[in-house]
Amino acid sequence: MSNARLKDLRAFTGFGSVAAGCVIFLYAPILFLTVYSFNDGRSVSQWSGASLRWYAKVLHNSDIQAAAVNSLIIATVAATVATVLALGAALAMTNNRFRGEEAAYATITLPLMVPEIVTAVASLVFFVSVGFSLGFTTILLAHIVFCIPFAYLPIRARLEGMDATLRSAAADLYASRRQAFTKITLPLLVPGLVSGWLLAFIISLDDFIISSMVAGPGSTTLPMHIYGMLRLGITPEVNAISSLMLIGSTLLVIVAGVLNRGGKTT
Amino acid sequence: MTDRALPLSSRWSERAVTAGLLWPSLAVITVFMVIPVAIMAVYSFLEPATYGGVVWKFSTAGYEQILFERDFLDDSLVFSADYLLILWRSVAQAAIATLLCLIISVPTAYYIATRSDRAKTIWIYLITIPYWVNLLIRTIALLFILRDDGPINDVLMAAGLVSAPLSLSYNSFAIGLGLVYSFLPFMVLPLYSAFERFDFKLLEAAYDLYASRRIAFFRIVLPVMRPGLVAGGLLVFIPAIGSFLAPDILGGGKTLMIGNLIGTQFQGARNWPFGAALSMILMTLTLIVLIWMARRAARTKFNG
Amino acid sequence: MKLRAILLTTAVLGWAVPALAEGDLFIYTWGEYTPPDLVTKFEKEFDVKVHIDTFDSMETMLAKLRSGAGGYDIVVAGDATVQVMIAEDMIEKIDVNAMPNYANVDDKWKDVYWDAGRSYSAPWAWGSTALIVDTAQVTGDINTLDVLFNPAENVKGKINMLRDVNDVINMAQRYLGVPRCNESPEDMKKVLELLQTQKEWVKSYNSEFKEPMVSGEAIVSMGWNGYSMRAREEKPTLAYVYPKEGYTGWMDNLTVPKGAPDLDNAKAFVNFMMAPENAAMVSNYARYSNGIKGSEAFMDAGLSDAPELTPPADAPAPEFIPTCSPESVKLYDRVWTKLLN
Repeated sequence: MSNARLKDLRAFTGFGSVAAGCVIFLYAPILFLTVYSFNDGRSVSQWSGASLRWYAKVLHNSDIQAAAVNSLIIATVAATVATVLALGAALAMTNNRFRGEEAAYATITLPLMVPEIVTAVASLVFFVSVGFSLGFTTILLAHIVFCIPFAYLPIRARLEGMDATLRSAAADLYASRRQAFTKITLPLLVPGLVSGWLLAFIISLDDFIISSMVAGPGSTTLPMHIYGMLRLGITPEVNAISSLMLIGSTLLVIVAGVLNRGGKTT
Repeated sequence: MTDRALPLSSRWSERAVTAGLLWPSLAVITVFMVIPVAIMAVYSFLEPATYGGVVWKFSTAGYEQILFERDFLDDSLVFSADYLLILWRSVAQAAIATLLCLIISVPTAYYIATRSDRAKTIWIYLITIPYWVNLLIRTIALLFILRDDGPINDVLMAAGLVSAPLSLSYNSFAIGLGLVYSFLPFMVLPLYSAFERFDFKLLEAAYDLYASRRIAFFRIVLPVMRPGLVAGGLLVFIPAIGSFLAPDILGGGKTLMIGNLIGTQFQGARNWPFGAALSMILMTLTLIVLIWMARRAARTKFNG
Repeated sequence: MKLRAILLTTAVLGWAVPALAEGDLFIYTWGEYTPPDLVTKFEKEFDVKVHIDTFDSMETMLAKLRSGAGGYDIVVAGDATVQVMIAEDMIEKIDVNAMPNYANVDDKWKDVYWDAGRSYSAPWAWGSTALIVDTAQVTGDINTLDVLFNPAENVKGKINMLRDVNDVINMAQRYLGVPRCNESPEDMKKVLELLQTQKEWVKSYNSEFKEPMVSGEAIVSMGWNGYSMRAREEKPTLAYVYPKEGYTGWMDNLTVPKGAPDLDNAKAFVNFMMAPENAAMVSNYARYSNGIKGSEAFMDAGLSDAPELTPPADAPAPEFIPTCSPESVKLYDRVWTKLLN
């Protein structure tokens, strides 16, 4: 059967347009704010001519740079740790019945259910009463916790769909548990792991309420910095740093893609 | 699913492995989330201190306030639907947003899954890159696009399609759009993750058996997507209930959502016990729905 | 794999935790409120490294300080908040009135309701919350709260109110002629009715009022003076208006929280900020008045005379409002909830 015919069978009409529409919808505000990062005036909505002054301001503003770097580090570490923990949990709980599984499920998804301000205040009270001094570590811990459900659910969704016969086939071939896991399960899980990691990453990058409550002196994250600007007015400086973050993320993706080309395709 | 053919020692080690895989995440969450939440639960039964914080005296006023208020003039307890209305509105809005996300995400996830391996990865990153920009900034940008003198209305008016600007901002439409915008990848990515392994030969077989496109979609494709639908549904619906950025910025701040309400109690309103009580109720309701869904899923799985 | 994660985390933490050197100053304040060149000037003069953290609201700051989370040397707090902090014994009695530069403080800021005699706090900046009106579109007498609560036809639907319980309710109270920090349910019922009637004409409850006013979405709004000045720079027909019924004044102050790690540096900074040339730097940066005599000489041309910073002679004096009692706060919260429901 020719490739063209296969593609035809797999496609549903209109799906491509919806996907394209999705991307346009997601990127329209991004385009808007990138354009206004070059605005000469202080407004984020009234154009007064083109200028690079806000980029210059960002490059001279070590506070905003430090905040952005902090956010990126925290998000990367939190997402990675959360994904690893979530992977363990997903492997243990999917297609597996054991006592207390409902409690386990409730616990894993608990961070999702608690309103952010409650998590924020409760964590603050908890850390201080235990004598844990606020700082970078407390932000990281809090982030890892609320990232876990975001990593867990996509991994579990992936795992649930996986063919259980693959595992018993591996067992039939006398593969050890570890071999079955690393050679079969893990490679097949990759899209789930990537999805989980990405979701955990973006949720951590965006967090403001929890971070602001449990951060110590000297540890500011980018959202904290941005929200702090609200009282005296947001300037295109925020647009400038956002554009720089976007460029950074795109570069990262390109680099990852280039590196991957050397590896095998799944 | 414990394989009964395995010897007993194997079953024990299987349980040990399960426990070993599970306890790190459970431990982390128990220490850093369950205990703080328990502290909050205790707070919900205390009295508010004058300038915020709590006084260690037992009181159910926090919970009472959810359903009752003291009448303005004669101080009797009167049933008040104010807070229930806020809760209901937040839930309804979150449900609609989840539904909209679903309708957009299912075709999108399917389309991405049918691309080549390299293109798939690019699509997934493409979907998430905008989320590197802070949500507050993106929501404000969305508002500027939607408002009366924003680009959309400018284009529509210039093209002569409308004579007066369409009211796309400061209303429920804008809020819905904003919520979808906030949570789209949280539905797309789990759907993609669940569906990516789909064996398209099944689809082929369905067509060979003269199934229509629609039956093929609903009977073959959607069931495979189901775990992703559940995951995505949870990841969108639950956070959406408590979200307040979209209602505040895109809705003009004219309605209170449960997220705002709880937040205010810990801020200007200085009523921590009430805020804690509201949160406990919200979490309990969510938990009940979650458990019910998990049980239903387990039942249907074992019933084939 | 997990071991690697732990090692990586530790390494990252070791790198990211700031090294606490000799001579630091940790400031906790609003964002974009501290001029960078002021910071550099202080750092050079006193050989101290300054770190600035920002909060988004007084309440976040209070919650953190109250919980016992320390580490800050200077906290910038509004007038009503300083009152709370003194009442709850959260700040050090640094005897500002004994500092060398205290003589520079304008006399009207020396005996204030939140800190009579200035033992705990020094002025940082002050401003007012009144109205901003597009004079091209709103005709007639604009120096009155009628433009908010009894608007002309063309104003209806284009009003913006601040998203702040106290600011909104205070304005309504002024219009109705009832007292601030009101504990009377009858009064508050009238306030609620007024605000509910007005709600139909309100476009949004948005504290970011510059954008709606500049774009024309709103032609009347509540607003703070400094931010209004920025709005006027972008749209000259906007005018900052002092209604005859009254308007709110507020002052941000420098305070030193209990247990500040660098007490001496903190006191040095407080004294430093009472010198006119330094206070002027804050005004130039944030576009608000400061409370120091003689700073006009160092401020940007036209800044101290701007209508936003200098009210016209016939405008009433700004009203500084203390923290209200819990009964009052509860009433206000109920009114606010019903209004936005």
